[in-house]
Amino acid sequence: MPHRFDSVQQVRDGLRNVNYLADDGIAGVAYLADRLAKPVLVEGPAGTGKTQLAKSIADLTGARLIRLQCYEGLDESKALYEWNYKKQLLRIQADRNSDSWSEIHDDIFSREFLLTRPLLEAISAPDPVVLLIDEVDRVEVETEALLLEILSEYQVSIPELGTITATQIPMVFLTSNNTRELSEALKRRCLYLHVDYPTLEREKEIVLAKVSGITEHLADQVARIVRSIRQLDLKKAPSVSETLDWARTLMLLNADTIDAQTAKETLHVLLKYQTDIAKAAKELSVDLV
Amino acid sequence: MLELLSGFVQELRNAGLPVSLTENLDAMEAVQHIPLEDRDAFKYALGATLVKNSAHWRSFETVFEVYFSLRGPQYKINEESQDAIDEMWREMQEQLQQQGDGRGSSGGMDSLTPEEIAQILMQALLNGDQALMRALAKQAVQRFAGMEPGRPVGGTYYLYRTLRNLDLDGMLDKLMEASKQEVGGELTQLEERLERDEYQSRIEQFKKEIEAEIRRRLVADRGAEAMAKTLRKPLPEDVEFMHASRDEMQLLKKSLYPLTRKLAARLARKRKHGRRGPLDFRNTVRHSLSYGGVPADPRFKYPRPAKPELMVVADISGSVAAFARFTLMLVYAIQNQFSKVRSFVFIDGIDEVTQFFKGTEDITEAIHRVNTEADVVWVDGHSDYGHAFEVFWERYGKDVGPKTTVLLLGDARNNYHASQAWVVKEIRAKARHVYWLNPEPRSYWNTGDSIVGEYGNFTDGTYECRNLRQLESFVEKLA
Repeated sequence: MPHRFDSVQQVRDGLRNVNYLADDGIAGVAYLADRLAKPVLVEGPAGTGKTQLAKSIADLTGARLIRLQCYEGLDESKALYEWNYKKQLLRIQADRNSDSWSEIHDDIFSREFLLTRPLLEAISAPDPVVLLIDEVDRVEVETEALLLEILSEYQVSIPELGTITATQIPMVFLTSNNTRELSEALKRRCLYLHVDYPTLEREKEIVLAKVSGITEHLADQVARIVRSIRQLDLKKAPSVSETLDWARTLMLLNADTIDAQTAKETLHVLLKYQTDIAKAAKELSVDLV
Repeated sequence: MLELLSGFVQELRNAGLPVSLTENLDAMEAVQHIPLEDRDAFKYALGATLVKNSAHWRSFETVFEVYFSLRGPQYKINEESQDAIDEMWREMQEQLQQQGDGRGSSGGMDSLTPEEIAQILMQALLNGDQALMRALAKQAVQRFAGMEPGRPVGGTYYLYRTLRNLDLDGMLDKLMEASKQEVGGELTQLEERLERDEYQSRIEQFKKEIEAEIRRRLVADRGAEAMAKTLRKPLPEDVEFMHASRDEMQLLKKSLYPLTRKLAARLARKRKHGRRGPLDFRNTVRHSLSYGGVPADPRFKYPRPAKPELMVVADISGSVAAFARFTLMLVYAIQNQFSKVRSFVFIDGIDEVTQFFKGTEDITEAIHRVNTEADVVWVDGHSDYGHAFEVFWERYGKDVGPKTTVLLLGDARNNYHASQAWVVKEIRAKARHVYWLNPEPRSYWNTGDSIVGEYGNFTDGTYECRNLRQLESFVEKLA
């Protein structure tokens, strides 16, 4: 099977073209995921572009993105496959008199009556796909086991039908906000990527790339202030998406430079807890005196 | 190469990282796809396959530095190995060497005075010139650290010597001065703060360069295996409360929060799931209707176990203060798992501090108030468990009830005062459970003035709680 990428640099440049600024780690792991044909487990604080990474890779490779949003109570019939009971019933009623039992039996458990759910769809798709399993830490430990077969063998076993193996190996991304420890079995099958808050330079580039019309000077200031705020001891440090929101807010306010006053007035875009806002405002206004 | 990698994995395991066989194989395969001369890519390839927990990344990095920063041309002590990596390092080192020489203005760096070096360093920091900073770090270590082969001193000693000569703290002020002049006029306060943060981070980076340089030299001197052992850093959850350095404390604090979140999620789940109760007759009958009155689908009552009431009594004298702080933070972070939490702190007097935690979301702030405002000194400020317990019993003993779980925290080093162990006995008679948590290693118990055994006789269990891991597993048991 041909590889999607030739080098780490190519991944990086490609991602840049679809407006995702990857650092060495991210590009390197994406490249390895392709080469080793292994899923990637992406962990990190909320709002650092974990989900966006999968979307951008799909964009870059021209693949279809199939997304499975995890939540508590997710089960087989919503993640893997389900039999279309109504259609099966209709089938049985339609030839009540003609077919023998064994014929019907074989017939109603065929592909026609199978409803594919995201996981099965991803591996049975003939076109290239990127599978995104979002917030995998939300499912219970027991449900995680559902994923293991597909992650290591790229196949799904259906008792009535047999095993469906992938026609092509999709790229798989799992994201986690780390609200609980994932099981060893799951971790072992994946490459691990920890996406943290970006460095100053990268954040500035992200702001420049994503907010149209922003000046270099303003982007630089935004990135610096955000870095200072992240160093404080906060309940929730501002994420990249909040940085972008903030930059856009400033653009709308026609600010071309940030002084302490504007910063203080727009802090609520950046921080979402009252105690955090108070703390940051205090830090910034101490400097005003 | 294979040997190097397996040595590396061995060392990771020694440092406490769980590396499985499959992960090891993945790593071997991964490095085949990565150009060896790209050091960063190499590092991430190993990281992605071997390290599956972000908290372990720091330990991994240290081991990686030790194993793969080996051997340059100037370290002739080491026999040269034929590995491709070594080749690559040598080239890199040489490049740096050249750059360093080229930059050293007139006549190479060796002839510079310390003042001139400081000058160049300031320029480098001011402009954020990475390559120059790296070259300077090399130079500084060579000149100031006074490293001698075979000398059995740790890296921190050399680090201290180098930094003392560079005066980086003063450097920050000078940098601020310089940037003010550059702008030509006063900076606004906000700008000043941002500048300061910027330089601070550059200086931190420079320090890291120096550390790396010292490490490289030490590895060259003693070999990777020996160094890996001395530099081994415990994982955050294995750091001992009683001996944590300031940096480690910071790390501990950082890892405490995600840990409490995980613990809370796990406990909430545990409460909801599992354990079936007796038959729920009404519910069963209702469901039987869909089977024509046959109770085919029996329903059960799920027990909702009562949340325990918690009383934490903590010794906050110097030696065990850190431990008490972490336990309080942990307990309050998951306080919705308990119906009520009350906390008391003592040294030789005892005081209730519950109200500090009420009405504030900021646990750190509350802990700070505990440390500064609680009235815990009765006579001389040396631990007196006996007196503290006696007063506790007198004042708050009536509040201990059959639902209460009492946690006693401390090393039970009583400075040879009367133990008053009868109080613990009385508490146990009234309370649901009494537990004692001791931050000392078990082998130190009951030595010197430690009388944990005497108290322990009257509790439902004494536990060793030296690190976050042990603390976490105890709290999970509790709720």
